[in-house]
Amino acid sequence: MTTMTQTNAPQGRVEEKLYQNRYVVDSGRPHIRIRPHQTPSKALLAMTRLCPAGCYSLSDAGQVEISPDGCVECGTCRIVTAKGGEIEWNYPRGGFGVLYKFG
Amino acid sequence: MIDERFDAIVVGAGPSGNAAAYVMAKEGLKVLQIERGEYSGSKNVQGAILYADALERIMPDFRDDAPLERHVVEQRIWTMDDRSHTGVHYRSDDFNEEKPNRYTILRAQFDKWFSRRVQQAGAIVLCETTVTELVKDGQDRVIGVRTDRTGGAIFADVVILAEGVNGLVGQRSGLRPEVAPESVALAVKEMHFLPRETIEARFNLSGNEGVVIEAMGTITKGMAGTGFLYTNEESISVGIGCIVADFAEGEVTPYALLDAFKNHPSIRPLLAGSEIKEYAAHLIPEGGYKAMPQLVGDGWIVVGDAGQFVNAVHREGSNLAMTTGRVAAETVAWLKRRREPLDAVCLAEYTRRLADSFVMKDLKKYRGIPALLHHNKRTFFGLYPQLISKAAQTWLRVDGVDKVSKEKAILRSFREGRSLFGMIGDALKLARAWR
Repeated sequence: MTTMTQTNAPQGRVEEKLYQNRYVVDSGRPHIRIRPHQTPSKALLAMTRLCPAGCYSLSDAGQVEISPDGCVECGTCRIVTAKGGEIEWNYPRGGFGVLYKFG
Repeated sequence: MIDERFDAIVVGAGPSGNAAAYVMAKEGLKVLQIERGEYSGSKNVQGAILYADALERIMPDFRDDAPLERHVVEQRIWTMDDRSHTGVHYRSDDFNEEKPNRYTILRAQFDKWFSRRVQQAGAIVLCETTVTELVKDGQDRVIGVRTDRTGGAIFADVVILAEGVNGLVGQRSGLRPEVAPESVALAVKEMHFLPRETIEARFNLSGNEGVVIEAMGTITKGMAGTGFLYTNEESISVGIGCIVADFAEGEVTPYALLDAFKNHPSIRPLLAGSEIKEYAAHLIPEGGYKAMPQLVGDGWIVVGDAGQFVNAVHREGSNLAMTTGRVAAETVAWLKRRREPLDAVCLAEYTRRLADSFVMKDLKKYRGIPALLHHNKRTFFGLYPQLISKAAQTWLRVDGVDKVSKEKAILRSFREGRSLFGMIGDALKLARAWR
């Protein structure tokens, strides 16, 4: 178990916002995974814009990728993809993930 | 790890879970509460307003040591277009009472305090532990939980699911369906810090008085949603939320929407010079009465956000959470005293008690509102705010045009924007959904 408090910086303008937050990253154990796909579904594509932490992005090859380190655990992607089953979403292990100081 | 048996296990340590665990522990029950965060509050996000009444019924002396920010003396309700706001403000010295009615709070700190009280009452609180599934017996009765920490199950007579809007445990166990994107709002929020004197000067406050602003209009770009700004002691919580289904269809990112709201000419001066210390996002169940899942079964009860207990019209949620947590706990204690089984039939007493309370009465009253707003979002969140703003400006601007012509111009803009029949229809629909 590697515990470290770090700030995180996904791409885009949300970067500065996430920089203020505290996370305990569970290294090597992402709590969200995208199922392998050739062409992303409408819901997955929507997540590149909809994720409030900017975790989802479109790769050069045209697939949607996720980098969940800056995830604020809202669950929006889980709900948007619930019907299509494009992602696998779990809560981070107990004690890991975002750690709000104010909430 | 834990081989003893509990009277009740509470999943989650937000307002509903803390209320339930506290009340049951006070009743002398053996309670285990499990929370995935480092401490109660570390995962929890809210605006946040605390409604004193709901907490007072659980803990009359909470004001003695609870971390409260400011008591609310003024409510501003704004409808906004891109450059203006038209407001209804209510401020009263009556709110400067010995036991104020509403407070602003910071949930991470408040929940931590509440959790200390839960532990002092005698409940065991296990943090940094995620409940992974419910344990059922051969008759499909819930008899305990499994966590990511222990190999074995932990058993109890009843499991109270206070797991919040993303209630994975209940959903994956088939106790309730997945939340629909139309029934849930995504809200993003920032914490802006300013010296307390600056906040007091900007909002005309003294001592611990506070102001809350709730805003709607073109700020949500045609989506169903609202913005808010709450004054805390030395910070301002500013945020905006819209229905997830609307966000999914739209073009804008949640953080761009928040930045635009912060830069609105009516908001920007209130935040000027502040230091941002946190960014949060959270889902709010807003489907109301019609989106409510089954609330009890054999060995389980749902409370708080997991049960869609939010009155979106009045921006009330934490009070419904605490009340459902309290009522669930009282029901369990009552059944235990009577030596009744904690099955679906007996636990239905919880639903009956809620039906007699403001919780169900209010949710039932507004059951038509979510669908109405969803189907008319561009009218209610875009067109009307623009027409209201235009009317106010026409009326107030002194430019040599006579008043009768101004009144005609205002009526014309409404008729052209929405037509007479359209407006009458909207009024009737709203009145029908409201009563």
